[in-house]
Amino acid sequence: MLTFLRRRILSSALPLLVVILGVFALARLTGNPASLYLPLNATEQMRADFTEKNGLDNPIWVQMAEYFGGVLRLDFGESLRTGESAAAMALRAFPATLQLAGTTMLLAVVLAVIVGSWAALKPNGIADRISSFISMAAASVPDFWLAIMGIWVFAITLGWLPTSGVGGLDAWVLPILTLLLRPFGVLVQIVRGAMVSSLSEPYIKLARSKGASEFRVVTRHALRNAAAPALTVAGDLAVGLVNGAVVVESIFGWPGIGKLMIDSILQRDFAVLQAAVLLTAISIFILNILIDLGYAGLDARVRPTGKPRKASKTGKATAAPAKERKLHVQTTP
Amino acid sequence: MSTHTQSVSTAREDLTENEVVLRVTGLDVDIRTPKGVLRAVNNVSFEARAGRTLALLGESGCGKSMTAKAVAGLLDPVADVTGGTVVLNGTDLAALSPKQRLKYAGPELGIVFQDALTALNPVYTVGTQLSEAFRIHQKLSAKAAKVKAIELMRHVGIPEPESRVDSFPHQFSGGMRQRILIAMAVALNPRLLIADEPTTALDVTVQAQIMKLLRDLRTESHLAVVLITHDLALVAEEADTVAVMYAGNVVETGPVREVFGSPKHPYTRGLLDSVPADVGRGADLNSIAGSPPELHRIPEGCVYQSRCPLVQDVCRAIRPALEAEGAGRTVACHFALTTANKELDHV
Ligand SMILES: Nc1ncnc2c1ncn2[C@@H]1O[C@H](COP(=O)(O)OP(=O)(O)OP(=O)(O)O)[C@@H](O)[C@H]1O
Ligand code: SF4
Ligand SMILES: [Mg+2]
Repeated sequence: MLTFLRRRILSSALPLLVVILGVFALARLTGNPASLYLPLNATEQMRADFTEKNGLDNPIWVQMAEYFGGVLRLDFGESLRTGESAAAMALRAFPATLQLAGTTMLLAVVLAVIVGSWAALKPNGIADRISSFISMAAASVPDFWLAIMGIWVFAITLGWLPTSGVGGLDAWVLPILTLLLRPFGVLVQIVRGAMVSSLSEPYIKLARSKGASEFRVVTRHALRNAAAPALTVAGDLAVGLVNGAVVVESIFGWPGIGKLMIDSILQRDFAVLQAAVLLTAISIFILNILIDLGYAGLDARVRPTGKPRKASKTGKATAAPAKERKLHVQTTP
Repeated sequence: MSTHTQSVSTAREDLTENEVVLRVTGLDVDIRTPKGVLRAVNNVSFEARAGRTLALLGESGCGKSMTAKAVAGLLDPVADVTGGTVVLNGTDLAALSPKQRLKYAGPELGIVFQDALTALNPVYTVGTQLSEAFRIHQKLSAKAAKVKAIELMRHVGIPEPESRVDSFPHQFSGGMRQRILIAMAVALNPRLLIADEPTTALDVTVQAQIMKLLRDLRTESHLAVVLITHDLALVAEEADTVAVMYAGNVVETGPVREVFGSPKHPYTRGLLDSVPADVGRGADLNSIAGSPPELHRIPEGCVYQSRCPLVQDVCRAIRPALEAEGAGRTVACHFALTTANKELDHV
């Protein structure tokens, strides 16, 4: 277990570093914040002072070194905009995103399991055709378009729902629907494919030979085996939700990490942007570990042990069978 | 290896040795394929008796597994029973709805499938899977069912069942997995056990152990066993009666000794001739020329006409029915061989 964690941390350290460096450098390409934070008629002297005060006059590698020095001391810098600690701002925005993404994923998984299993019971039956149409449509609608249409129809024209904000339950409807459709559509296809293949496995017949009811066969035997490939894909989709959240949070004014990122990019608030990206990367890292642990919990054959089974160089390898299966199930029409 | 000190299954009070447990009559199974409906099992009849082994013998593809699955009510979705009766202890299973059949699966009828070695569910411990029958039919608690599962494992000769009960299928050898599957099939002390090629995937020493286990189970609980195989030697050693199948049809039945001693159907005769009896190793097998007809090309008259040395015009026109031919024997041939025109004794 510890070996597994250590392996995961080591193998994730480098990508994480690359992400941070990339964001660091790209952010600075957007230009000097001085032009945003100083009055239009600011003198050259004022600009130089601002630049120097914020360490922006140093060569970029010096800025990086200072930044990393700070990170090691858990000092992530201050917001140019508010002077507040960047880390505090990111952490404050985080729960809103987590709630939105968590609720969305939960709904997507539950609905997809029900619809996907129902479709798999009779491949090419009526239920299968209907669910296939719905899930294809759901998976291919762009989320920003859906968000705008949603606001237009339900908030502006009909006036049923608020256009933005975080008030009551009704404020959740449009953001969740917008974020939900794609993961739901993709997951229905995955669950359906995995269920069709697990329902044709010999262990299903074995369960029936013991007198297991249809319900028991589907839930205990087929779904339990379909869970592993579904989990892997759900994990990828959950990571993708973070991207979706940036768009959806901005459109609906949801005060989460995505909105914070966009705002800090627009304001060249580098420290806040970096803190937000770092926090997101860390949560994706943790999410991936949880997925692997869940995966191992579902299937004894890939349970991580001290000694690597098969050719698992990194923890990632434990998820490999699922990836293969995923490809396999996706090709099922 | 298998020590039967702690006996789980005991002879059922309601069974007397040699009583007919299963009577299959005129069973038809059709498969729906893109090419149309194919008859995979045609007018098949046989019976299995308590404490006895009936062998279903035939080449690959002749419909043995299909027959077994039809009897157990576990056909693939593309296949249907379209005729005949499957009477198990007085109840015609073929007339029951799938839901009604559930209560027979386990307590009355156990089956070990052909693909058994891959049939265990990879995500559950064998203990959980062995417990399932007790959980479903006897509504036992998980704990009580696990105790039964351990007993069952000991009964079928799995060493250290207390610790092995929490292992997963991939941690067992093929022979051990086959024992577990047999244990599952006999868990609720059924009247009938169908074993579809139970030793094909195993090596020779393990094969012998598995056959001994099946024999022991049969003897101690008056189990009627249907043994499906293409192995003539296995039939000669293990079975009391045999039903020879060809292209979905039963062509000859009877006590093994008599059928193998004096085969009456030209196909049975051909099968026996293809086995080197006293001939030394390396000698040419006298195998039957040609191959069985494909399902969509089964001819009008006798199913064996394309390979039969005795074929006549009447064989091409009229399919011979399975008819009594001496005590306890049946043959489906217009020209059933008489003892007089055979000269080899194959047993
Ligand atoms: N799903 C299916 N679709 C079409 N044909 C099938 C299907 N399943 C089985 N068959 C055909 O039905 C026939 C009987 O198959 P069955 O599995 O009963 O043979 P078998 O006697 O058990 O052979 P083996 O010794 O190879 O197991 C075969 O010709 C097979 O090709
Ligand atoms: S009926 Fe005719 S073709 Fe068929 S087995 Fe008998 S002799 Fe041969
Ligand atoms: Mg078979």
